[in-house]
Amino acid sequence: MIGLLVGAPLLGAAVLLVGGRLLERTGHWLATALAAVSLVLAVTLFLDMLGREGEERALHQHLFSWIPVADLQADVAFRLDQLSMTFVLLITSVGTLIHLYSIGYMAHDPRRRRFFAYLNLFLAAMLLLVLADNYLLLYVGWEGVGLASFLLIGFWQHKPSAATAAKKAFVVNRVGDVGLSIAILLMFTTFGTFAFEPVLANANETGEGTLTAIGLMLLLAACGKSAQVPLQSWLGDAMEGPTPVSALIHAATMVTAGVYLITRSGAIFNAAPDAQTVVIVVGAVTLLFGAIVGCAKDDIKKALAGSTMSQIGYMMLAAGLGPVGYVFAIMHLVTHGFFKAGLFLGAGSVMHGMNDEVDMRRYGGLRKYMPITFVTFGLAYLAIIGFPYLSGYFSKDEIIYAGFSQGGAEGWILGGVMLLGAALTAYYMTRIMLLTFFGEKRWQPDAQGHEPHPHESPLSMTIPMMVLAVGSVGAGFFFDSGERFVHWLEPVTGLGHGDSPVSHGTVALAATGVMLLGVVGAWWQYGRRPVPVVAPAGRWITRAARRDLLQDDFNHAVLVRPGNYLTRGLVYLDHKLVDGVVNGTAASVGGLSGRLRRVQNGFARSYAVSMFGGAAVLVAATLLMRAV
Amino acid sequence: MSFPLLTATALTPAIGAVATAAVPAARRTVAKWLALLFSLATVGFAAAVLLRFDTGSGADRYQLTESRSWIEDFGVRYELGVDGIGVAMIALTAVLIPFLIGAGWHDADPPSLPASGQEGPREGEAPATRRWRPTQGFFALILMVEAMVILSFAATDIFLFYIFFEAMLIPMYFLIGGFGDRAGEQDTEEGQARQRSYAAVKFLLYNLVGGLVMLAAVIGVYVATADQLPEGTFSLQAILEARSAGELDFGTATERWLFLGFFVAFAIKAPLWPLHTWLPNAMGESTAPVAVLITAVVDKVGTFAMLRFCLGLFPEASDWATPVVIVLALVSIIYGALLALGQRDIKRLIAYASISHFGFIVLGIFAMTSQGQGGATLYMVNHGVATAALMLVAGFLIARRGSRLISDYGGVQKTAPVLAGTFLIGGLATLSLPGLGPFVSEFLVLVGTFSRYKAAGIVACAGIVLAALYVLILYQRTMTGPLKPGLEKLPDLRVRELTVVAPLIALLIFLGVYPQPLTDIVNPAVEHTLSDVDQSDPEPELPAVEAAP
Amino acid sequence: MNPENYLYLSALLFTLGACGVLLRRNAIVVFMCVELMLNAANLALVTFSRMHGNLDGQILAFFVMVVAAAEVVVGLAIIVTVYRSRHSASVDDASLMKL
Repeated sequence: MIGLLVGAPLLGAAVLLVGGRLLERTGHWLATALAAVSLVLAVTLFLDMLGREGEERALHQHLFSWIPVADLQADVAFRLDQLSMTFVLLITSVGTLIHLYSIGYMAHDPRRRRFFAYLNLFLAAMLLLVLADNYLLLYVGWEGVGLASFLLIGFWQHKPSAATAAKKAFVVNRVGDVGLSIAILLMFTTFGTFAFEPVLANANETGEGTLTAIGLMLLLAACGKSAQVPLQSWLGDAMEGPTPVSALIHAATMVTAGVYLITRSGAIFNAAPDAQTVVIVVGAVTLLFGAIVGCAKDDIKKALAGSTMSQIGYMMLAAGLGPVGYVFAIMHLVTHGFFKAGLFLGAGSVMHGMNDEVDMRRYGGLRKYMPITFVTFGLAYLAIIGFPYLSGYFSKDEIIYAGFSQGGAEGWILGGVMLLGAALTAYYMTRIMLLTFFGEKRWQPDAQGHEPHPHESPLSMTIPMMVLAVGSVGAGFFFDSGERFVHWLEPVTGLGHGDSPVSHGTVALAATGVMLLGVVGAWWQYGRRPVPVVAPAGRWITRAARRDLLQDDFNHAVLVRPGNYLTRGLVYLDHKLVDGVVNGTAASVGGLSGRLRRVQNGFARSYAVSMFGGAAVLVAATLLMRAV
Repeated sequence: MSFPLLTATALTPAIGAVATAAVPAARRTVAKWLALLFSLATVGFAAAVLLRFDTGSGADRYQLTESRSWIEDFGVRYELGVDGIGVAMIALTAVLIPFLIGAGWHDADPPSLPASGQEGPREGEAPATRRWRPTQGFFALILMVEAMVILSFAATDIFLFYIFFEAMLIPMYFLIGGFGDRAGEQDTEEGQARQRSYAAVKFLLYNLVGGLVMLAAVIGVYVATADQLPEGTFSLQAILEARSAGELDFGTATERWLFLGFFVAFAIKAPLWPLHTWLPNAMGESTAPVAVLITAVVDKVGTFAMLRFCLGLFPEASDWATPVVIVLALVSIIYGALLALGQRDIKRLIAYASISHFGFIVLGIFAMTSQGQGGATLYMVNHGVATAALMLVAGFLIARRGSRLISDYGGVQKTAPVLAGTFLIGGLATLSLPGLGPFVSEFLVLVGTFSRYKAAGIVACAGIVLAALYVLILYQRTMTGPLKPGLEKLPDLRVRELTVVAPLIALLIFLGVYPQPLTDIVNPAVEHTLSDVDQSDPEPELPAVEAAP
Repeated sequence: MNPENYLYLSALLFTLGACGVLLRRNAIVVFMCVELMLNAANLALVTFSRMHGNLDGQILAFFVMVVAAAEVVVGLAIIVTVYRSRHSASVDDASLMKL
């Protein structure tokens, strides 16, 4: 049953890739149907799970032994507990919706069949990632989603920028993957296994140093996958992919895998406070980093990407807080999955109507042309900024509250950072909203002279947006009422209570206050007066933020350029030195024999000299030996 | 005495080689089919070896043994036998050769016909091509190499092994020097021929030097056994038994010298840094199937022999040399990967990637853990299949455009999506994507190394990132972006080419998802090897932890 | 007479022959010098035979004479042939065997 969950989309990917032209007309429906099969299976399993009590809810399924070598036993085995279930439901539901959306969005793409194959491949890998029963199988899913992400970012391969972005995403992710593999290696040498249960159950038995090392390596992996500082640079470029991909992979599901990893490995982090501190710092830094970048971008997708980074920063931070935060990290992850997917799909719908224009300064006043998109985007917008009683309000406030409850100066700093982040969130989201849907229309004919004719998207695109809007509005309230979500996840993640210097109510009030501040700030700048089509130069901070706070310049200067010099130098050295020694030996042997050859000059008398000389030397040597 | 299965396995391609070479000049197609037929028959015999091999716990270490006296005065015997590692390597060799023959179907056609022209050369049209014999020679030589490689995987007599180890250089020399891919950097026919013969001579000299050093060590082993045992012997089994019975002891210094003699030969063949420079030349200049033959089959004899002979005969010296070898292997991994990054030539890039991978194999062997050595054996198999997939597709691409330079390509996926797709899969296998065979072996090597040498394991992990870089940069530059001029009419993979590549890809996926049949065969052999060197796996820090149910 | 004097003579003859081989260019002269060396050796052999009182040296001297006769036949034939084809008997002119 659990195997089928992964198997259905995998089958779809295989059939679509191998099937070739036969499936050109029907492939996308097949893929969507298989995604829906997964969703149905997931819901069935969910209902089944609800029928059982707390501790017995986890399901195990052992398929076959994968790599058995001496003490190392890696199995293909699944584990479905509440945490996995949450992800499975999120992945299959958002995944199915986005399959549906893509039918409309990719209707005119000649390579649509392949697009759906990759989407299915992604679903399979992502499900494998969250269902795996050991870290190695998780690693398979982990790299599998990386592959799917690579294929989908670079889907429009004819664009060099897309191909470069895809490669960059994969390579940066690989750096993170090294972290995960080292963590697995450490687990094996420490525990003799890397299955979840024995590792996590015995985490306390081993020294803190090892656990900190494992934790930091897992964090490195999480940073790569979840675009956290310092491995954040790929996410912005990843927006080169088709918009449904950005919604599914780079907003709702794959990029949150890092949070899953850390929550899943909670037992390790709980016993390694140093690693936790690093997680918190990474989360806090990324939270602000993403928000600042998001404030400056004019490309609607890149602004949303900055926002994604920032929101995942929240989740990371919450996960770093330990049992106080795990549940809320996951809760924010789910609500974020809904509203951010909604936002991206809305952005895709806008681009669909605007000849794929992404510059928000060339939008404006679109609410009249795209009412459904406007409403669904607006609801998701309200949810993300934390408008009272929408999804983001519940999940984000809980995280802020958990931050305060760290206590002491640390609590105040974290709380303050997160409130600042909340204000920035409200600011950049309002900015996107105002630039896109309000104000005057600012679009112009493109280079070929095509004037965009904004229009509402077809039903296959708007239905998923509506469903997601409902999720954005209601999910938070649903999860929060009666602490439903907390009780659901508690058996897996545990739940801690810190003592916060401020009450829940105060946090909510403060969050709402800063949110309003951000909204008003954005309105002050973009709502009051017309927006220039060409972006003003801006201050240094704006310029830096437009360049992603110089992350690429940094990477380029520190890694890429020295790397290029290194490889070029090595190629030269290999040719001149290593090969040179060899060729030099050959040449000197050749030279020596050339010289020796001259002795054979063909003159009989010179041969005779050497003969007599040799004889004389021999006689002399004999005499000498006898004398001695 | 039962049916000599191993001899039959090796003899089939040898007979095939003679038969192929004897086909009249005008009947090229017959020769090709004959070669294919014999290589398939070899696969059949290899399958029989695989089935007859007993993986049970009480089974003998060397099975399917054959033993005949040969040169009695010097105790040289015709002794064959395989352990699990040998079985895996014979299977790899036998399986790959038919694909190489299929991929090289037109590589040795007369020059008047385009290298990848219409299916089936029309016979005897131009008088110049009527007497064209190299086609027969090409396939006969490939089969000859196969026979010798199989024999060296099966030989348990050191002298017998040495003979085939050296003799396979001769057909390889002609394959490299005689059949270029007509796509070199040199424009003129003459320049290409000069490049080719440079590569072939370099290949030959390097390996001959290694062989010479090894010959001295082989004689040394004989002298030592003649000194201490009732009569001198080259038999691996006899020496192992005498060692474990305490009748034979080389003495520390002698053992180290003998070890070095063997190791240098194998390290050249493998090739290990800094003895690697012949490989890029040889792989770059030869046709794609021959390049695969070099790196996927012939070079494996080197790493295989390290496992079988270096560790088995000289356990103490192996232990003594381990730190140095590990460092050399790490240098190979990183150095090969960095140089692959800097290449402008597709085939040389793959060659340097292979050097990096051979570093992993050697690392796994000398980590002296069951994961490391099991992983190294799996690595040999997986690397063979993965490189074959990548290199053959690259060869198809190069034959279409007539250039090996990366900069001559771009946007190929637009006109040849299937070619680009298979190339990507080959590349992903090379960068060890989970789900494909090489991942399993690379992970095992890393685990095996890390559990004994933490720092080495971490350095090797850097190879993972570099592999992603060179593969994806290659893919990006050749397959994506706008179409380069001259590629507009690039045809996609033909049926013959797809038939060659698709099974390899299927094999990669199978080995990645369900490697257990292979590990079952390899594991007992690895345990024997480990007991030879008197090593056991390091225990985890928390031995109390029970494995997951 | 002291037999050692024959040895001195033999050494003298041998040295003369060797110098002739090394210094002269004319093949005939070189050839004669070779004969001179052979005969010097013969003289030494015969002297030793006399000194030690057994016949081994004399037998050996006969062998040398036979070989020398055969050598003269072959050598002269070669020299004559070379002279016919090259119109020169100089050994330095016939240096065609080098690479």
